[in-house]
Amino acid sequence: MAGDRAASTDPDALSWYEATARQRVVALADPGSFREVLPPTERRMSPHLPLFDLPRAFDDGIVVGRATLDGSPILIAAQEGRFMGGAFGEVHGAKLVGLLRAALELKPKAVLILFDTGGVRLQEANAGETAIAETMRAIVDVRAAGIPVVGLIGGRAGCYGGGGLIAGTCSRLAVSEGGRISVSGPEVIETNKGAEEFDSRDRALVWRTMGGKHRRLTGGADAFCADTVSAFRHAALDLIDQAPSFDLETLEAEQARLESRIARFGDCRDATDLWRRLGVNDPETVPAMDTDAFAATVARIREADHDAR
Amino acid sequence: MESLTFRHTTKKPLAGSLPNAITGVVASGNLEILLERVLPPDACEIAIETPIAGYGDVWEAVVADFVARAQPGGLRISINDGGARPDTVSLRLLQGARLMEA
Repeated sequence: MAGDRAASTDPDALSWYEATARQRVVALADPGSFREVLPPTERRMSPHLPLFDLPRAFDDGIVVGRATLDGSPILIAAQEGRFMGGAFGEVHGAKLVGLLRAALELKPKAVLILFDTGGVRLQEANAGETAIAETMRAIVDVRAAGIPVVGLIGGRAGCYGGGGLIAGTCSRLAVSEGGRISVSGPEVIETNKGAEEFDSRDRALVWRTMGGKHRRLTGGADAFCADTVSAFRHAALDLIDQAPSFDLETLEAEQARLESRIARFGDCRDATDLWRRLGVNDPETVPAMDTDAFAATVARIREADHDAR
Repeated sequence: MESLTFRHTTKKPLAGSLPNAITGVVASGNLEILLERVLPPDACEIAIETPIAGYGDVWEAVVADFVARAQPGGLRISINDGGARPDTVSLRLLQGARLMEA
């Protein structure tokens, strides 16, 4: 199948941030195990983009299929952040929803979603918004069936808009330093609230507010990995095993976790204030920490790990 | 959008037996190229969809150069262009042919 041949690259050396969706899938899964559903040769492209005189992609910016991970069957979806910002259109969303629904029958060990998205594709916004809602509902069904859904976030588009909402419904999330998770993106906040509220060109501000380290320290993400495909593979394997059961107890624990977070940190004006209150001794040094130093910091923070979500 | 199709006769089929391959991404200054081994061994067809109209002559020259160099007999090549420069197009075409030879 086309996706298998897109790249043969060493997972230890391949940067997650730089890789395409296809390269990530092929290098993440067991070698040669990926089988794509609706591959590019099927030409399931957006019916809407030609109306706007915009180019289409043969896979509508998402690669979906089945594979094995350490010998266990999984389903996997990867968004291509460079095609229209990885945004959800009608076909793109339907491929993800279809994959999740297939999980109910195929009963894989897990479903992996490799997020790389700015949210909904504005040219097909109604279909995209519907896809976001259907995806969240499908994830809930898959988790209720006892199958973990693990999100991996480290691409150049980050995980924004409806993608951020979907990420919030996953069993577990892994993120790298380059990854960002939020709903409203920096430019959206600046446009609505002004540059005094949030300067979208201040990259340090963007990363400490939405970036992987901040999400990991607050327990928004459950693993922080180096920017390689093999690091994400290891994180995915760990998180599949640690996925919480999906029941009332877990949801109540999540509600309690979020309530306590807003009570403890709701008045913080900057992420560094929040990190200090979390117990990080020297919060200004966090952005420059390498992966090992950051892991040591995370290990001292009580809120970073939890049984909720 | 502008659609262009070029048909060429090649001296030989492209080596290898891979049925299809894809390379590149539809992004600004980039393009994706889908190659499928579905034509007679001496035929090559290249179909292009581009949002940048009016560069048919440049596409024709880049494609003719690629066909002469790679002799991609048997391939139907489909391109979704994101506004790539001719040198990028040329490199992607050769990269695609190399993938099919593997």
